[in-house]
Amino acid sequence: MIASPALQPNGTPPSRMTPGRIGIYAFLVVTALFFLTPLYVMIVTSLKTMGEIRLGAILALPRAPTFEPWIVAWSSACTGLRCNGISVGFLNSVKILVPSVVVSIAVGALTGYALSFWKVRGAGLLFGTLMVVAFVPYQIFIYPLVRVLAFIGLNNSIPGIVMIHTIFGLPTMTLLFRNYFAALPPELFKAARVDGAGFFRIFWSVMLPMATPMLVVAVILQVTGIWNDFILGLVFAGRDNLPMTVQLNNIVNSTQGERAYNVDMAATILTALVPLVVYFASGRWFVRGIAAGAVKG
Amino acid sequence: MNKRCDVSIRGAEIAYGTIKILEKFDLEVAQSEFIVLLGPSGCGKSTLLNAIAGLVDLRDGQIWIGGNNVTWEEPKDRGIAMVFQSYALYPRMTVRGNMSFGLKVAGMPPAEIAKRVDNAAAMLKITELLERRPAELSGGQRQRVAIGRALVRDAGVYLFDEPLSNLDAQLRAELRVEIKRLHQRLAATMIYVTHDQIEALTLADRIAVMKDRVIQQLGTPSDIYRRPANRFVASFVGSPAMNFLPGMFAVQDGEPCFAAAGISIPLDGYAFDARPQQGAAIELGIRPEHVEAGGDLPAAVEMVEPMGSDQLAWLRLGSQPLSMRLPADTPIASGQSLQLRLPADKLNLFDAASGRRL
Repeated sequence: MIASPALQPNGTPPSRMTPGRIGIYAFLVVTALFFLTPLYVMIVTSLKTMGEIRLGAILALPRAPTFEPWIVAWSSACTGLRCNGISVGFLNSVKILVPSVVVSIAVGALTGYALSFWKVRGAGLLFGTLMVVAFVPYQIFIYPLVRVLAFIGLNNSIPGIVMIHTIFGLPTMTLLFRNYFAALPPELFKAARVDGAGFFRIFWSVMLPMATPMLVVAVILQVTGIWNDFILGLVFAGRDNLPMTVQLNNIVNSTQGERAYNVDMAATILTALVPLVVYFASGRWFVRGIAAGAVKG
Repeated sequence: MNKRCDVSIRGAEIAYGTIKILEKFDLEVAQSEFIVLLGPSGCGKSTLLNAIAGLVDLRDGQIWIGGNNVTWEEPKDRGIAMVFQSYALYPRMTVRGNMSFGLKVAGMPPAEIAKRVDNAAAMLKITELLERRPAELSGGQRQRVAIGRALVRDAGVYLFDEPLSNLDAQLRAELRVEIKRLHQRLAATMIYVTHDQIEALTLADRIAVMKDRVIQQLGTPSDIYRRPANRFVASFVGSPAMNFLPGMFAVQDGEPCFAAAGISIPLDGYAFDARPQQGAAIELGIRPEHVEAGGDLPAAVEMVEPMGSDQLAWLRLGSQPLSMRLPADTPIASGQSLQLRLPADKLNLFDAASGRRL
């Protein structure tokens, strides 16, 4: 190397690996391992035979991987007296999920839009009430709501549980959309009114197309929330429409004879698959939505 | 245009809660007139425009457009079109979509919509932008589109809410000319809100200078510029701003004159609206271009600002600062001494207490 004059700062500053930085990386690796180990154990166990599980080496890879437990979990595991596997629950969950997500987002977006652009009398009070009620524990509502649904004849039915999910999703969805719409320039709304558009036309043609990022976030929040729901599904869906989470519990807790750990693991992973896919497919949007809700709230 | 589209605001009162924005406000705008509401921010001019558009409700009073009382009408039924400061283009629609939205809502046949949009686009030279989204346009192009969106409505009254305030100086000048040309071509009634006095002077048939929710003066641009009704109008309109010298009214040898520390300026030839009392405290206003060299008032040059087409000299007259506009080629440097003359017929005198023109 030629002896050069003292290095002059020029261009991009060089990146340095400091001890602090190494510490952060080490911490992140350990944390990742901590959270990934259970998933690893679940996957590995679900691919083992019961004989292999009994050996007790839970971290070992399966010697003879088998998909048998997955098939059993899906189609023939016993939930109480019926032995149709968790597939029934999957279908029920989908039947609950799709209308619940669509209706709750539609109602929330419309409410948020109405609260942010139209001078509704008592809008502030309504919004405040929504926010306060969002923090009241579910359990308090359950008994009254059961009575109400029974009275209007929607108890133990898909429309009933869809309505329940819509009601419980309303505060979050309204907050999400109201904050998003409130940040838009009010001139946009004025321009649309001068153009002659009415309440629904402005919502549908002008506001909703602009709210695509919020729609994605809302779908993620509602899909994961409703899919993971246990108590509402158990109470309101009725015996024929029990969602996957409830059926999973029934499979895992049915105590006849030997506990089939591999089937339990497979059933659990199957149940977790939908939220997992949603998270992986939309991580960026999800973070963005959470941040938007937090900062602008 | 044979539609009647004069605008009349009668006794309007606008309030948010207990805060009154406008009170007992009257304004008559004639057919095909270009009227500019000029004033500093917070004077109520934008609120007034929104009320004319029907976007803000009146608490009291009426708004008449084209001989109809439209006080309770929806914006779309008032025969108006509006252009906003922030453009307010629908971001998820193309330029064509933006311009045709209002017509589509009104249920116009697509062929007619296309014809109108193409006409307006040609008029504003934005035909090649029709398939683009607002995000792909520059500020000037966006405002052209926003004007186009107003144009296709073929309204009798156009409302402009500070349409050029978000643009840089060059674009502003360009679009200003464009708007003036549109007015000549459409002969529509236009109500234009701005805080830029140059826009007001160049565009308006009449200017309403507003302050504190009240019209200070309503008149032609030349009226407003030459005979401001009070000190506020005098100081708000004109760039560089008018000079003000505090002093008092005196009568010497039977001749009226303005007297301040060591200076006496004869007022013979000034057309008084109301002649003040001997010794009354008054303020003298004179525009920089009306200050003349070659009199008997000694002044010293403190600084010179060359402005290209001319130059502005900052002087000191006695203890008072005074600016003077000079041709660009006049040799002048700071430190130099000058003899000045303030011609009486170009002066503006104001009552020191009320600010009213004398």
